[in-house]
Amino acid sequence: MSVVPVSYYLALSAVLFGLGVIAFVFKRNIITIFMSIELMLNAVNLAFVAFARAHNQLDGLVFVFFVIVVAAAEAAVGLAIVIMIAQNRQSLSVERMNLLKF
Amino acid sequence: MSLPVILFFLCGALAVAGAILLIAAREPIHSALALILVMVALAVLYLLLGAPFVAAVQIIVYAGAIMVLFVFVIMLLNMGVEERTDFSQIAKYFGIPLGGVLIVWAAYWLLHSRPAAAIGTGSGMEASSTRGLSTLLFRQYLFPFEATSILILIAILGALVLARKEE
Amino acid sequence: MEFISQHPVLVASIIKIAVLLFIVMTALAYLTWMERKLIAHIQSRWGPYFVGAHGLLQPLADGIKFLFKEDVTPPGADKFAYLLAPFLALSLGMTAIALIPFGPPSVLIPFLNQQAFSVADVGIGLMMVFAITAMGVYGVALAGWSSNSKYPLMGGLRSSAQMISYEVSLTMSVVGVVLVAGSLNFNEIISNQSGYWHYVPFIPKWNFGPQIIGFLCYLTAAIAETNRVPFDLPEAETELVAGFHTEYSSFKFAMFFMAEYANMITVSCLATILFFGGWLSPFPDSWKWQLFLPGAGLVLLGIYCAWDTLTEMRGIARLQLSVVTLLCLGGGLLCLVPQVAQVIQGPFWFTTKILVILFFYIWLRATLPRFRYDQLMSFGWKLLLPVSLANLVLTAGYFAFKWTRHG
Repeated sequence: MSVVPVSYYLALSAVLFGLGVIAFVFKRNIITIFMSIELMLNAVNLAFVAFARAHNQLDGLVFVFFVIVVAAAEAAVGLAIVIMIAQNRQSLSVERMNLLKF
Repeated sequence: MSLPVILFFLCGALAVAGAILLIAAREPIHSALALILVMVALAVLYLLLGAPFVAAVQIIVYAGAIMVLFVFVIMLLNMGVEERTDFSQIAKYFGIPLGGVLIVWAAYWLLHSRPAAAIGTGSGMEASSTRGLSTLLFRQYLFPFEATSILILIAILGALVLARKEE
Repeated sequence: MEFISQHPVLVASIIKIAVLLFIVMTALAYLTWMERKLIAHIQSRWGPYFVGAHGLLQPLADGIKFLFKEDVTPPGADKFAYLLAPFLALSLGMTAIALIPFGPPSVLIPFLNQQAFSVADVGIGLMMVFAITAMGVYGVALAGWSSNSKYPLMGGLRSSAQMISYEVSLTMSVVGVVLVAGSLNFNEIISNQSGYWHYVPFIPKWNFGPQIIGFLCYLTAAIAETNRVPFDLPEAETELVAGFHTEYSSFKFAMFFMAEYANMITVSCLATILFFGGWLSPFPDSWKWQLFLPGAGLVLLGIYCAWDTLTEMRGIARLQLSVVTLLCLGGGLLCLVPQVAQVIQGPFWFTTKILVILFFYIWLRATLPRFRYDQLMSFGWKLLLPVSLANLVLTAGYFAFKWTRHG
């Protein structure tokens, strides 16, 4: 067991996740919104590794591996879509991408 | 105040500072740099938690490839400084304090929680976590492993199709 | 004193880091000298010969020049990224050297009982070095972006795209070595290469033989990763006006320069450890005369320097050469003492092998023309990556066959 209690890591993970949600809600640039999604995924990874240490199992690390891979795939396709939208709408602000708004 | 505790608070502070810089930065490239700082701080925390392989994978894949992709896209779509539009009053005066209260509340209760003792036998986190991790990946979690490789293939194809110019 | 006895790892690490930093900075400076002299002699001219005897004080003169040049910041540059990029490049280049073992782990520092020759001996050393070199892309990309100018931006984007492309082949070509050794730890990889071939008892069991495809892929990918000729189009002076470091002057440019050479040293150290047996000597341990090789070599160098001092004309050069002579003779006689000779054996062979690989790097620079950018990228993705993957599949197939046959 580590010297630092595992609950400290969980608290840090909660703080990072909350900050990621705040960034997601309040930012206007679509790439920054994407980056806040990555921040939330990182916070979740930290929680997984902390739990893996708490229960002394390696299965948490396997899940971290999968989260990283899925984040990579999502970033690749998502950024390709963002590039096309930005060239279409001539702006990166989320407020300009409102064609589906009723 | 042993070295692990100091290192935890230092890296935790760096990670939170990086996240706040992500929110507060005016240019997207500075937000990207702040996120890289968060990832490197988290990699050090993984090292503290006894998972060196995951720390190395985090830096190689996340901070060294995914964030490079973000930085390239920001450089290519050089659309200037982020506009500061005024968002709704409810969000400003009610939302931010509520968000802060929720974060503090969650952190407080997680801090005072007691994670359960080791459940079952499981594969302990011994020193050679690489070997144990690969055993798990190729025996118990073989199907998700192969499924993620197909997922990456689909992502490559998707990105190629999206990036192709119309002829 | 209790602090030292209570925290041996910390104190030993600080001492090792200080010594290593000093040695590496000196080695960087003299690597530039070696490059200029070697390229000059290959091109039938003398290199620097004026500043010290044989131009040995040229790096010092270059350092002073860089310190005194005017520091210009381009207008409209992103200040934070502009300042961050050279620091990032240099610090990452120097950090990777901390993981490299220069000698056997059995040699210990006297009071502290820690390994004397590697600053950090982690179980996954190889992956950590790749993690650090993966972050090196940011130095280049940020430098190109923050200069607020066309040529650096193009050069930075091209250079960083090249670096991430060849990084994949670099890591793939090394997995064969990991399969042979069964571990990611450098000391285990090196000790796996000790001993000699079963049938031909005078060829050492280095990974250069069985993993020759891996070695060639690694060498090519490493040359591309460090942006050297023939892959240095994004930073060549005749092509893109020096690429991503166009707008940098004085000390920041010197930092990029040093970062490139530090990356070269790191990659050569990795090649030595993975494919050439690291600090192992090619001769059997029973040949005891090889203990006196470093001492004898230094004494011979000292005698040559002494003769050169006597035939030298200029005063300052004569003074400098006599200092060098005294250092060589003193170092040589010190290395002839048996205890010191035993300890110095590992680093001596390691340094010799690194010098051979660096000589090869510099020889390539003097000889080959450079690739065009599209040729470079198609070579990296269409030829090098499939060959590395084929090497991986062949090695894995061989080991799977061997392990299932032996139960």
